[in-house]
Amino acid sequence: MSVSGKLLDVQHVTVEFHIGGLMGGTLLTAVNDVSFSLDNDKPEILTLAGESGSGKTTLSRVLLRDLEPTRGKVLFEGRDLSAIRKRSEFNEFMKKVQPVFQNPFETFSPLRRVDAYLFDTAVNFGMASNRRGAVKVVDDALHNVGLSLDEVRQRYPHELSGGQIQRVSVARALISKPKLILADEPVSMVDASLRMEIVNLFQKLRDEQNVSVIYITHDLATAYYISDRIGIMLRGYVVESGPVEDVLERPAHPYTQLLKESVPEPAPKERESWAKHIALGTTEVKEYGRIGCKFAGRCPHVMDICRKADPPDVQVGQQTVKCYLYSEDAEKSAAGTGH
Amino acid sequence: MISIVRDLLKYDGRFRLAVIFLGGVAAMILLSYNSPYDPGKSFVVPWDLPPSQQYIFGTTSRGQDLFWWLTFAVRNSLFLGVLTAIISRVIAILVGLTAGYRGGWLDRVLMSLNDTFVVLPLLPILILLGFLLRERMSLFYLAVILGLFGWPFDARLIRSQVLSLKERSFTRTAIYSGSSGFWITIHEHLPFVLPIVFATTINNILWSIGMEVTLSILGLSDLTTPTLGTALFWANQHGALVAGIWWWIAAPALVTIVLFLGLYLFFTSINEFIDPRTRLRLIGG
Amino acid sequence: MALLSVKNLHAYYQTEVYGISRTVRAVDGVSFDLFPNEIYGVAGESSCGKTTLIKVISGSIKPPLKALEGSVNYTFGDYSVDMLRASQDELRQNVRWKEISYVMQGSMSVLNPVRRVIATFRDIVDTHEGITDKQKFLEQTRAHVNRLGLPTDVLDAYPHQLSGGMRQRVAIALATVFQPSLIIADEPTTALDVVVQRGVLQMIKEIQAISSNTVLLVTHDMAVHANVADRLMIMYAGRIAEEGPTETIFNEPLHPYTQHLIRSLPMIGERSTKVSLEGAPPNLAHPPTGCRFHPRCPYVMDVCRTEVPELVTVKERHRVACHLVKEDSL
Repeated sequence: MSVSGKLLDVQHVTVEFHIGGLMGGTLLTAVNDVSFSLDNDKPEILTLAGESGSGKTTLSRVLLRDLEPTRGKVLFEGRDLSAIRKRSEFNEFMKKVQPVFQNPFETFSPLRRVDAYLFDTAVNFGMASNRRGAVKVVDDALHNVGLSLDEVRQRYPHELSGGQIQRVSVARALISKPKLILADEPVSMVDASLRMEIVNLFQKLRDEQNVSVIYITHDLATAYYISDRIGIMLRGYVVESGPVEDVLERPAHPYTQLLKESVPEPAPKERESWAKHIALGTTEVKEYGRIGCKFAGRCPHVMDICRKADPPDVQVGQQTVKCYLYSEDAEKSAAGTGH
Repeated sequence: MISIVRDLLKYDGRFRLAVIFLGGVAAMILLSYNSPYDPGKSFVVPWDLPPSQQYIFGTTSRGQDLFWWLTFAVRNSLFLGVLTAIISRVIAILVGLTAGYRGGWLDRVLMSLNDTFVVLPLLPILILLGFLLRERMSLFYLAVILGLFGWPFDARLIRSQVLSLKERSFTRTAIYSGSSGFWITIHEHLPFVLPIVFATTINNILWSIGMEVTLSILGLSDLTTPTLGTALFWANQHGALVAGIWWWIAAPALVTIVLFLGLYLFFTSINEFIDPRTRLRLIGG
Repeated sequence: MALLSVKNLHAYYQTEVYGISRTVRAVDGVSFDLFPNEIYGVAGESSCGKTTLIKVISGSIKPPLKALEGSVNYTFGDYSVDMLRASQDELRQNVRWKEISYVMQGSMSVLNPVRRVIATFRDIVDTHEGITDKQKFLEQTRAHVNRLGLPTDVLDAYPHQLSGGMRQRVAIALATVFQPSLIIADEPTTALDVVVQRGVLQMIKEIQAISSNTVLLVTHDMAVHANVADRLMIMYAGRIAEEGPTETIFNEPLHPYTQHLIRSLPMIGERSTKVSLEGAPPNLAHPPTGCRFHPRCPYVMDVCRTEVPELVTVKERHRVACHLVKEDSL
């Protein structure tokens, strides 16, 4: 059935939203022509990084079949997600693709005990026929994240720390033995002293359980720490992608460069240069509606052509960069502008 | 359960007062089963006697002991209110949860039905039904009719609550745990909706008892059944105020006030207790 | 002369619901001084007491929060205020906005969404000083905004027209109209994107440099502290774990908790394995005995379980509360 040996194959996915009333209103392209794939036999951690409004969360909802793409398609193990119609098919899909959400205190209902979700998952996905039979499945999943059933049995979310709940959340996702986990900002609301254990957990899952992880974040430092590949998103586009060392150590796209430079280094080494004056836009910039490169309004290397048409994807070393700086058409037109 | 009641008695003045008021009402209801007089019969006692030791609330111009007669009235009125509330709560919960969780065309259909009921002029319809049913109009039918009209505002309230619950992460967790929509509605959303149901129950009971009073005064309910409304109807018929038989009006009014206050205090107190935020504080959140 | 002197402050939340009473010891024996002309950082995880500390020193103590013990004294030139005793009227008239101003996360609540930015400026200036000369007010406001490096046309915009970063900077401009002696910035950049965060923090640094006042910067983000704060306080479970100049804290941390916080920060270009501490921050309704960090500390000793370590000065301006350090220096 699987044609390509690909676990996940995202092909030219575009998501448009109508904003405003029946009449008028604007079309907002939240995700724009995004393509990437994950290999079936080589589990990896892929980061989708971007700031608010970059479309990373919308994309994650498409991958979870929570949202239909306007154009393009997503194949999971060779099967088009839009072909999933029946409840049983959706269950089969969910067994293999599981989410981990951002806010640990919202992941589980404050009025229910957290272990109930683990048992529900085990029973619903046929990992056990009843609650009693699920004890071992649940306990195993909890052991994978460094907890045990005794620690979480009968506990309400507020009785656990953010780090513990987030581990329970990962354990819940692991119960059905998935092949892919989508983690949307899983550590941004977890305390610093507990954060790295969650991050390390994803690495462990990749290495020991052969689970691929799509890690969605705005935090480039943890992205660098755990991921194999990274895609930098800006206003719906993936503007730069490639192995994480290449993209973050030698960013090619001017936007990635700006992002990397803006991340404060956690050491008082470059205090003076980091706090030097940078220009910020005054008003809400309408970058979505802009024709051509969305970064043109802020780019220090902007050329005329950047405002005319979408930049092509150019291979620069190991990275793929959506920028005219590295394309041949630009060199031709740049000769005329003298910029 | 017992410890909850004990805590409420100890720490909530409203609850204590509610227990006293409702205790009085409950005592009257129990006494009605031991009444020395049949409420359907008249001229069993001397008429037009003011309140005294023998006749606590006095007697009516129809020769009935007002106290014993009112024990039946409060029982019947409360029965009407509770039955109305049960019928309309069931509809409101079903419609609100379904419309909120399922969304789409079902939501649109249910909400247009909902809005239709909201804009229907209830009192003229009730008066019309009162005329049409006339002989067959009983307390039970009235409760059913009021129940069928009493749900739309609350259904909308429940729906809006569910709409916001649906957007919270834990609903998505439940979905990706393989739970069905119906299951999520019952286990994840209902606990958050119950406080609304409780808060609106009291309103609904009071509204229904009030409606019955209105219809009775117009002479459109089953006048042979003693209720708080028919008490006032008969008092009016006999020109009680003009004749100076003030207790015929005052006694049902007093019982009504005690009943309403008792129910109101009871429900506000319970409501605060079952509010998820209070519960969270209690379990140490 | 200290601008603010906090001594042995104990601030607890005391609640009673249906007979179950709870005491959360959010701030438990905190002493520190703030001096003029510095950026003082407060770092700590969720529920370490930093928010409560801000509430107390900004004078917004409302039940169930109670300041049970200690003192909070301000000295603004020759005017001094005892925060725990001052009346709300005095605070409103003489202290808030004029001497102490407050910038918080997501500034929309300060700006009125249906009025232009200038109207909010007018309201605040009018309530505190009264506007007699409209033209003069406009000129002064424009000059103020200009001095902070913002274009004057933001004054004529509605809040929703401004970008998130600009809104936050307008909120800072608003907080500094009266040139306050102390600006309390509570997680001012937490919800902002990194590029915008950098711009906002850079503005805070510039304002501080221009007016030589004091900024109290509260954030959980150690990387922000590393680049902005002059001095840094690390709070853990309602107490000060360590306090000192930022460079000292980062280069020679002495408290095991601080050491862990700094070592666990991931960094682009460096991939050594980072680990988390065992356990979780304690529930302040039932804090551990002795040193509150002892259940998670890798160097725990017997004395840590029973005795509360005192905050001792190890070097100039460097204070640590840890039994390990005490033993070394004795």
